[in-house]
Amino acid sequence: MLNFILSRSMQSIPVIFVVITITFFLVRFAPGGPFDDEKSVEPEVKAALEAQYRLDQPLFSQYAAYLGDLAQGDLGPSFKYPGRSVNELIATGFPVTAELGLYAILIALCIGGISGVVAALKPNTAQDYVPMSLAMLGICMPTFLLGPLLILVFGIWLEWLPVSGWGDLPGDKILPSFTLGAAYAAYVARLSRGGMLEVMSQDYIRTARAKGLPERVVVLKHGLRGGMIPVVAYLGPAFAGILSGSFVIETIFQIHGLGRFYVQAAFNRDYTMILGCTVFLATLIVVFNLLSDLLAAWMNPRLRSQLGGNQ
Amino acid sequence: MTALLEVKNLTTYFHTRNGVVKAVDDVSFTVKSGETLAIVGESGSGKSVSCYSMLGLIPSPPGRIEAGEAWFDGRDLLKASQAELRQIRGSKIAMIFQDPMTSLNPYLTVGEQLIEPLIFHHKLSRAEAAEKARSLLQEVGIRDPEKTYHAWPHEFSGGMRQRVMIAMALIAEPKLLIADEPTTALDVTIQKQILELVKEIQQHRDIGVIFISHDLAVVKDLADQVVVMKTGRVVERGDAPSIFNCPDHDYTKKLLAAIPAGSKASAHDTAQMSHPLLSVNNLVTTFADRHSGDRFKAVDDISFELQRGEILGLVGESGSGKSTLGRSVLKLAQSDSGSIVFDGEEIQDLTAKAMRPYRRRMQMIFQDPYASLNPRMTIYDTLAEPLVLHDLAKGPQLNKAVLELMDDVGLARAYVRKYPHEFSGGQRQRIAIGRAIATKPELVIADEPVSALDVTIQKQILELILHLVDKHHLSMLFISHDLAVVRVLCDRVMVMKQGRVVESGLMESVWSSPQHDYTEALLKAAP
Repeated sequence: MLNFILSRSMQSIPVIFVVITITFFLVRFAPGGPFDDEKSVEPEVKAALEAQYRLDQPLFSQYAAYLGDLAQGDLGPSFKYPGRSVNELIATGFPVTAELGLYAILIALCIGGISGVVAALKPNTAQDYVPMSLAMLGICMPTFLLGPLLILVFGIWLEWLPVSGWGDLPGDKILPSFTLGAAYAAYVARLSRGGMLEVMSQDYIRTARAKGLPERVVVLKHGLRGGMIPVVAYLGPAFAGILSGSFVIETIFQIHGLGRFYVQAAFNRDYTMILGCTVFLATLIVVFNLLSDLLAAWMNPRLRSQLGGNQ
Repeated sequence: MTALLEVKNLTTYFHTRNGVVKAVDDVSFTVKSGETLAIVGESGSGKSVSCYSMLGLIPSPPGRIEAGEAWFDGRDLLKASQAELRQIRGSKIAMIFQDPMTSLNPYLTVGEQLIEPLIFHHKLSRAEAAEKARSLLQEVGIRDPEKTYHAWPHEFSGGMRQRVMIAMALIAEPKLLIADEPTTALDVTIQKQILELVKEIQQHRDIGVIFISHDLAVVKDLADQVVVMKTGRVVERGDAPSIFNCPDHDYTKKLLAAIPAGSKASAHDTAQMSHPLLSVNNLVTTFADRHSGDRFKAVDDISFELQRGEILGLVGESGSGKSTLGRSVLKLAQSDSGSIVFDGEEIQDLTAKAMRPYRRRMQMIFQDPYASLNPRMTIYDTLAEPLVLHDLAKGPQLNKAVLELMDDVGLARAYVRKYPHEFSGGQRQRIAIGRAIATKPELVIADEPVSALDVTIQKQILELILHLVDKHHLSMLFISHDLAVVRVLCDRVMVMKQGRVVESGLMESVWSSPQHDYTEALLKAAP
């Protein structure tokens, strides 16, 4: 087990390194610079600013210096928020994004998992068609359409829920979380339906029924473990999607999370902030993919014993 | 003695898109306590469906019970609600199934699955149930019940899993045990053990048993009563001696005739010939053990020769290395050392590219005709592919060659545009054989080609193989776990155990006077 984790972690180091390198040079090739729109700045002041942020040095030595700082866990100072480091800014924004993402994934698992299982129990009946059509709709509808639509219905027409903010008004977390989770609920529904359909046709389900177990036990105890493996394997990629999807949600609902910082940093050419967010998110995504792979392998006893986890 | 189960005029239809399938049509039978009823018939004869129907285990829709009664314990099972049936299933009537590899839940430990009937039917605590499970594991012949209780199904062989299944069926002390082809997926030696276990349990516990099988030979020592089914109807019934000794119906006679017996009619003494087609010397093939990383010798220093026109049988149980030997000879598995001389040329060290001309001359037939044909290719494409690949025919000639292959393996030419799923198991095995002989090979390795088939189909396929070997002057290595099957077909035989050949010789002399204990055990196991 430990060997597996170690070797997978080693494999992810080059991935993160490539992400850093590509991002570093790409943002430099984008036209404009961090101090370009401050027109009133004197040339000497601008030169001083650029010197302070190492922008006067050759590109490659900037790159080397950045990697050196990064190795010590320092993501550098922000260009646009003077006196604040990227580490600080991420620490302010990320908890909000993490909370939003957590709710979204819980919503996706609960709604998607239940409707997928329910659909699989009676395939090709209304009990299957209704949730699966909704799931198809959920996959097709982009969040930037679903978000405003939900705001219109529940915020403006019905006046049930606040239309923006995060933690300021009661219930203001509901719409953003649901908007973000909806598409993933749809994927989870389709995956769990497929997984359950496959498992429920297995011989061992017939064995369980022949033992006279109540249908509830047959489904929940004998069916669910195998049927949910595709969903668990999907959690890693879903996590990546939810992180990047949260940027859109944070913009629609005016939430001050990491996504908003990231988007603003891109507009402002805040080089260190863009890089810092990218490195941070890439690392998270790699870690979560590893975790979901491990969990999926662990859920299968045959793979578990191969990983040496039963000792 | 009163009947334990009395089934009258049971009729179950499947209402499919292509019309009504009369799976079970007016079937009646009775089982008494302490008695074994064998229901015998080929795949699709409705023998399993008739048992599943009365327990509410058929998929519905499309299945529907149209008529009949099934009296058990003073009530009609066919009129019982799902909840009432659930009370009966697993507690009063228990089942064991054909494939022990797939019938146990791979995600739950053996113990967890064993105690479920006790917890749900007898409302025992987990500790009490576990106690009982351990003693029952002992009763079904599992040596280390404590360890087995906490183990996962994948850690066991097929025979051990079937023992676990039997323990699971017996745990709630049922009055009736339904065994649905419980030994069909097992080797003959394991089959014998399981049959003995079922018999012992039946006598010991004085329960009724319904034993479903496609093979009359299997039920011979077990059954008190026999019901023979064909296409949903009972064609013959009677007590076991009368069915076996003076069968009435033609179909019963056909089933009895299908039991492999006798030896190859024209067995030729090939030991004298001097130029073998294939000569294998000191072949060793090893695999790395997943856990320890040690090398494990699947084929351990094996030498043999195969003459032209000869069928050499290779017999042994699962895990004896016989399939690996077959694959090593064709270089489908990389062997570690030794030599393989094919038609005077050493092929052991050839690269994949240098091997290609030889590939045309050596082919393989696999066990499972359901898995070994590409479901997305028509039969025409499957048969034409090797011809095109080896540049043997094209255009109108290709057409002609494929149609001739269809004739060769006894399939109607009109079927050539169909897909594998439209064929039965026996027909698919014919297709697989056609694919193997398409390139006019000299050597064919047949790896358990009849083990997945019903006995009646098995007989037809064996006859087809004999005919083709003779017609095309093939040399064949025929791999099987069943000595009786090998005897029908082979001139010589090798017996393999744990990677080594323990005995070899002319088929008839090995059959009549086996030298090794293991060969003797194999002989005794044949039903």
